[in-house]
Amino acid sequence: MSTRISKNKIKSFGMNPARFERGQLKIYLYMIPICIIMALPILFIVMDAFKPIDELFAYPPRMYVKNPTLQNFFDLFDLTSQTNIPMSRYIFNSIMATALTVVLTIFLSASAGYVLSKKHFRFRSTLFKVNQLALMFVPVAVQIPRFFVIVNIGLQDNFLANIIPLLATPTCVFLVKQFIDQLPDALVEAAVIDGASDFTILRKIIIPLIKSPLATVAMLAFQSSWTSVEASSYYINNDSLKTFAFYVTTLSNQSGNVVAGKGISAAATLIMFLPSLILFIILQSRVMNSMAYSGIK
Amino acid sequence: MRKTAGKLINAPWLLLLPYGLIFAVFIIIPVAAAVILSFTYFNTIEAPKFVGLENYINLLTTDTVFTQNVLPNTIAYAVFVGFGGYVLSFFMAWSISQLTRVPRTIMAVILYSPSMTGGVLVSTIWSVIFDGSQSGYLNYLLLRLKIIDQPVQWLQSSDTLLPVMIIVALWSSMGVGFLSILSGIMNVNRELYEAAHVDGVKNRWQEIIYVTIPSIKPQMLFGAVMAIINTFQTSGVGVSLSGANPTPNYAGQLIGTHIEDFGFIRYEMGYAAAVSVILLLFIKLMSSGANKLLSENEDEAAES
Repeated sequence: MSTRISKNKIKSFGMNPARFERGQLKIYLYMIPICIIMALPILFIVMDAFKPIDELFAYPPRMYVKNPTLQNFFDLFDLTSQTNIPMSRYIFNSIMATALTVVLTIFLSASAGYVLSKKHFRFRSTLFKVNQLALMFVPVAVQIPRFFVIVNIGLQDNFLANIIPLLATPTCVFLVKQFIDQLPDALVEAAVIDGASDFTILRKIIIPLIKSPLATVAMLAFQSSWTSVEASSYYINNDSLKTFAFYVTTLSNQSGNVVAGKGISAAATLIMFLPSLILFIILQSRVMNSMAYSGIK
Repeated sequence: MRKTAGKLINAPWLLLLPYGLIFAVFIIIPVAAAVILSFTYFNTIEAPKFVGLENYINLLTTDTVFTQNVLPNTIAYAVFVGFGGYVLSFFMAWSISQLTRVPRTIMAVILYSPSMTGGVLVSTIWSVIFDGSQSGYLNYLLLRLKIIDQPVQWLQSSDTLLPVMIIVALWSSMGVGFLSILSGIMNVNRELYEAAHVDGVKNRWQEIIYVTIPSIKPQMLFGAVMAIINTFQTSGVGVSLSGANPTPNYAGQLIGTHIEDFGFIRYEMGYAAAVSVILLLFIKLMSSGANKLLSENEDEAAES
């Protein structure tokens, strides 16, 4: 009897339902307000970025924009035209640093993930365990000695300081390795018998099969590099090598006192935020696919 | 054939080498150096001088900022942001996993997107809401509702800074761990739920305890590690919100910002390294705790 009752219940219990059912209403009832609250701070910034000056400082404050304008974006560019370094330089630095970080992280985590998953050699599991332990070594905790390492290997005031420290990404290697684990060993063994080198196996067999975790790696590398201010604040003194993210922080620090900066820093924030959002929307289905294998076993 | 065998011996190291080198230089060496420096006095001008346990003793006995502000702040922050954010991630993931594909994807993007703002954008985004003048959104709302008579300096007052930091960090806590848990829940075998119902599982709460969590234990553990990392990685949020390190009256001072304060502002590198070592131990302790908790969970489910 009880079995029959609970079986009837299962219908409304399922994960990933194909169509709308009344049981889902409860979830919409609280998730829609939560999502609105989560999205509000970002919506406010979008609104502020397009507000003309009189609306920015209107009292009472209005959350939405009445006469949208691009003035804040023009002001942002004008602001830097008086200084030695134009904003386009910061943006160029950011794009270069981010592009290189993403490409190199993909390469490094694909090759390290492949070796740690499919090659048999001594210390393999030890190395993987060390990498897994290193997931927890947050950069905040090692920033002091890291600074000395960078000084000692001559990366100080070098553009590469924006890139190389960010390539030590245990999380990315971990995610790729976990995904490769579930690919059959036979794939690699067959290629080895055919005489393919490891590099060929990686390029021709493994990489085409691990596009999902590599999409995740690309997204994570993009986010860490695009928003990184560590190198610009501590390792680089030469302003022409600093990144846009760093420039944005100087804006918000200044505009804390200077009221006129409010719209400009909103515009800069929007420029910083949009690329990450667009990239995630494009990659999200691949990212979700790879996340199914992300667990720590 | 022999040639391939020769390649196989050499090749794994070759492909692992680039990552291994970077890993060693930027993770292993800094961690080892932190441990060594923590036993020295080092002001970056003179060579480090060995002082034994002095830094640790000072940290626990004479550094009142650490014992009275940093430590309690960090514990409160870790409980709310680390543990709270983790529970919230699971709850959100579990909720939206029961929706159809399109609304679920939209909600996942909305919930995940704050974690992309990083430390940089947080202060500009939230200063609009927590602006200290009467035209800040929150002040204006509370003034209109007559809950307060005067605008509150949310980001400068020592009573409000830590709660604001916790709200902001929770807002941006649905990161990779959340995606991992969501993906895990989506992939739980439906037959497990049916079997559990036959075995007498009656409500959703029991379903979560006896089916969902045990089935996604690896993702739960990954999510826990990510939650812990996120907690300490966002520790600069108080500094970027208030615009000062140290934060006003040390109200928003956390271990991470204490390290920066001593390392990059006072140049007491040995002392800062000792704080770093304490932070690493703290993180290790938390993740061991999570590990233990989650493996016990599984045993309980297996027994029942």
